[in-house]
This record gives sequence, C-alpha cells and structure tokens, in this order.
Amino acid sequence: MGSTAPTEVERPSSDVRPDLPWLTIVWNDPVNLMSYVTYVFQTVFGYPRQKAEKLMMDVHHKGKAVVASGTREEMERDVQILHSYGLWATVQQDK
Amino acid sequence: MSTGFRATRDGVTVQLDAGEVSILRSLVSQVLGLVEPGTTGDDPLERALGIGSAAPPADPVLARLFPSAYADDEDAAQEFRRYTEATLRDGKRADATTLLETAAPGRLTLTAEQGQAWLRAINDVRLALGVRLEVTEEVHEEIASMSEDDPRYPAFVTYDWLTYLQDTLVRALW
Repeated sequence: MGSTAPTEVERPSSDVRPDLPWLTIVWNDPVNLMSYVTYVFQTVFGYPRQKAEKLMMDVHHKGKAVVASGTREEMERDVQILHSYGLWATVQQDK
Repeated sequence: MSTGFRATRDGVTVQLDAGEVSILRSLVSQVLGLVEPGTTGDDPLERALGIGSAAPPADPVLARLFPSAYADDEDAAQEFRRYTEATLRDGKRADATTLLETAAPGRLTLTAEQGQAWLRAINDVRLALGVRLEVTEEVHEEIASMSEDDPRYPAFVTYDWLTYLQDTLVRALW
C-alpha cells in the first residue's frame, strides 16, 4: 500500500498486506476417509473428481494441502463449511 | 452385517437389522447429547446474530468437532469461533436429528439430502470414537490383530462397521 492519510486509524496487522491472498488448508487426520474427503472437495468446491482426488492425496501424503485461495471472508466461509463436514481445516494468509 | 448403502433412482437405500439401528441410534444420540445447542450470550443482539463463546471446548471430542480455524493466530481463531460455532453446533444437531428420525430396521430409503445428513452424522460419530479410541491410520490392521478378549474390541469393531457404512454411503451418493 502507498502512503496513508494522517487521519487513518491503525489497522490490525492482518490487513497490512491485503494484496496477499488467503488460503484454506485441509490437514490430514486418521479418521476422515479418502473417499469422503474427495467427495467433500467435489461437493463444497465443485471441483472435478480428478482434482478433488489429487488434493485428497496431497492431504494424505504431505499432511496438508491448500484447497482454495481468495479473500479472507471467502476462506472463512469455506472453512466453516468444511468443519460442518468434519474436515480439519484452517485459514491462513499466503506468505 | 448389512451390505451397506446402494444408490437408487432418487436417493440411497440400505438394509439394517434392529441391532445395527440400535447401535447407530445410541451413538448418534450420544453425539447429540455432547453437542449442545448453539449457546449465545445474554445480549439480545448477540443472540439474534448467533454470536457465542470464543473459547475452544475443553473436551477433546468437542475440540475435534469444532476445530480452531486459525492454526497460528489465537485472536483470529477466537473471533471466528464467536461468530460461527453456534451455527455449526445447530447444523450438527440437525444432521443427528435427521438420522434419528429416519433410522429404522429393515429396508430404508433416503433422499440424497437425508443421505448427506447421515453422511455427516456418521462422520461425527467416527470422529468422536476416533478421539476416544485414539485411532491411527492403521486402525483396520490394528483390529485384525486385536484379540476378541481385548476390552477395546467391541468399540473398535463398531468403529470399523461405521467406516464401512460411511464408505458405501459416499459411493452411493456420488
């Protein structure tokens, strides 16, 4: 961001770099089934089966995967929906 | 043991015996008892907006059902929880209630929407059991080598049956 007007109030640190996208991360866990996780990625994000399966395998083998990116509000909405399906999901800013 | 779910023209179907329905109902009822209705503060505005507690649940099962949305930012995690957990609780209760209202012995037919509620409700039970039994990804092999005299055996076999039931339900809904 460029210069700020002197009257502007201090913003929380999370707003300092608004150009950076936010990410939805899904973490591996021993309970959620591979079939179920793939199905949830297809249902929640509308991803084709192949993409959903690749993301599921990334979660399974690497321990976590970025499954979506966008605004903070969009990612929080995604995480809330993923939590309703019992997936272990978090939001973070891309760094 | 049931043969699991199959797809039908407008939903899914499964054959469950009285014992299976009884186990399912008992476990789902326990989750329902654990997941209390979304509680909000006394403030009428907060209640209307569904704003609730910011603190993570102390019970490890509830902590798994309502995980922290920020791994490395406690303030953001609390703020998120305040605005979302009550809704999430109500959703889980609605899924459990759908299962309890539709589960019956014999040939059972569910709409796709009811099937989705069953899917999430069964998953919540598996998450709860998974935490309590401390299951790992090798749970299936662990059960295979477990003695039937092991006090944990019945719970693990139930967990394995729910895994099978859920997997067939996913494939029937696909």
